[in-house]
Amino acid sequence: MLLLKTENLHTYYGHVHALKGISLEVEEGEIVTLLGANGAGKSTTLRTISGLVRPREGEVKFKGHVLNHVPAHRIVQMGVCHVPEGRRIFTTLTVMENLMMGAYTVKDERVVQENLQRVFDLFPRLAERKNQLGGTLSGGEQQMLTIGRALMARPSLLLLDEPSLGLAPMLVKAIFDTIREINARGTTILLVEQNARAALKIAHRAYVLETGRVVLSGPAQELMQDERVRKAYLGER
Amino acid sequence: MQQLLQQLINGITIGAFYALVALGYTMVYGVLKLINFAHGGLFMWGAYVGLTGLNVLLVLLAGGGAVAIFPTAVIVMVTIAMVGVLVERVAYRPLRSAGRLAPIISALGVAFILESLARNVYGASYKTYPTGLIPVGRVEILQGVRVSLMQAIVLIVSFLLMAALYLFVYRTRIGTAMRAVALDHEVSRLMGIDVDRIIATVFLIGPGLGGLAGMIVALYYGSFDFTLGWIFGLKAFISAILGGIGNIPGAMLGGMILGIIETLGAGYVSPQWKDVIAYVILILILIFRPTGLLGERVAEKL
Ligand SMILES: Nc1ncnc2c1ncn2[C@@H]1O[C@H](COP(=O)(O)OP(=O)(O)OP(=O)(O)O)[C@@H](O)[C@H]1O
Ligand SMILES: [Mg+2]
Repeated sequence: MLLLKTENLHTYYGHVHALKGISLEVEEGEIVTLLGANGAGKSTTLRTISGLVRPREGEVKFKGHVLNHVPAHRIVQMGVCHVPEGRRIFTTLTVMENLMMGAYTVKDERVVQENLQRVFDLFPRLAERKNQLGGTLSGGEQQMLTIGRALMARPSLLLLDEPSLGLAPMLVKAIFDTIREINARGTTILLVEQNARAALKIAHRAYVLETGRVVLSGPAQELMQDERVRKAYLGER
Repeated sequence: MQQLLQQLINGITIGAFYALVALGYTMVYGVLKLINFAHGGLFMWGAYVGLTGLNVLLVLLAGGGAVAIFPTAVIVMVTIAMVGVLVERVAYRPLRSAGRLAPIISALGVAFILESLARNVYGASYKTYPTGLIPVGRVEILQGVRVSLMQAIVLIVSFLLMAALYLFVYRTRIGTAMRAVALDHEVSRLMGIDVDRIIATVFLIGPGLGGLAGMIVALYYGSFDFTLGWIFGLKAFISAILGGIGNIPGAMLGGMILGIIETLGAGYVSPQWKDVIAYVILILILIFRPTGLLGERVAEKL
């Protein structure tokens, strides 16, 4: 089933034309990755989907509903959670309070406890640190917290913006394993990554963005073999 | 020793007033990084609405005395809270993405409007609250240390309100959302928090408390005029900075400290010098702790 569809998205920051007609689709159950150089418009695509910025043209459709004018906090309620770039945890809130903010849209206390249990299963470290202030966590733990916090709403679509950025190689592997695990448990994922090799390895399909346009797309396996991708994003010559 | 204790009790009473008003400044600063200069005006309007409310109720109840105070207090809180929400809606929200200067000017504008309105509606002369509502007796709690019934009520009410606010902000879901919004609007939206609604809630609570404080101050001193908002408002604002603006326990602490320093200065040196003493001490504190006593984040965006 088609979960997310964007059609010809044009998004601006003032006069900066950041997205120049992005069309992409995400099927239920997939991991889809967005690749591209710095400034290609990957984050802007996610921000347009989650309602933080609005497209001047085009449409975002989730489960058949047009999201263009739905406020960002209602989009979360509909099942789209966005983990933004750069580990933005609430530093002076405890780990537990951070997680509870992730569950802000969940009204049923039983469901909150269930989701909390799942998150702690996935990230036992967070359970150990639950009474610590967010700002005192290590970088890797903070990244776990941002992902765990988003999962507290049990989204049907998870938007991840460079979850591996700035993490040690060991942790990068752990994060990608976790993403695969989250997907295996039934969450559809749209993943933005600079680490193209690791992203293509776990993704079903991929889109390559250049200066606000989709220049390539297809099954991850195929793109991994593609000349241009190998040269530009996998560092081969 | 008794004198010191007596001064401390008096100081804490004044400090409680400052603290109640300082909370409004600090909560708004927390979520909007805006100094709500209109807050002093809302506080002053609390005194005026309280005056009218009491006078009307006293007539309606045919001289019911102290019984009129409680319903009036509720009317004051509700009215000023609604005005607070209205101010945010019409004067601040449209300017939310307009940089930092425009909202400050808007806040000053609202402050002037509130003051002019008060002067035009109630006149420039001193107003006095009906007397004899609360019996004037004093109780000696220790040898030589006396607390009036009024003072006891003021202290108990203020501390209950502050405790309730503290629990709300630190123990409830909406209170936690307020702290989240104060840290990061965008991420708060991504949590599904309706940021506009949280901000409106802050403008319900801050002015509600501030308005009630206005009525309590007027009851305590018996008379006031339209300049009440500037004097008290400024001191409460200073209390908020002293405690660390944006920090809720800080506003309570800052208010207490300012109230105590002022009272001790007036008692031990001279009333004419109390402001000089108080503000020299404040400047010294800020030199050594520019972020205020409990502020961690720098007062950078001021
Ligand atoms: N707040 C902003 N104001 C103005 N221009 C912006 C803003 N945010 C992004 N841009 C511009 O929009 C374009 C797309 O930016 P975006 O952040 O989406 O890129 P990205 O692919 O996520 O890059 P990176 O890999 O560096 O995160 C860039 O040219 C960028 O300079
Ligand atoms: Mg980006």
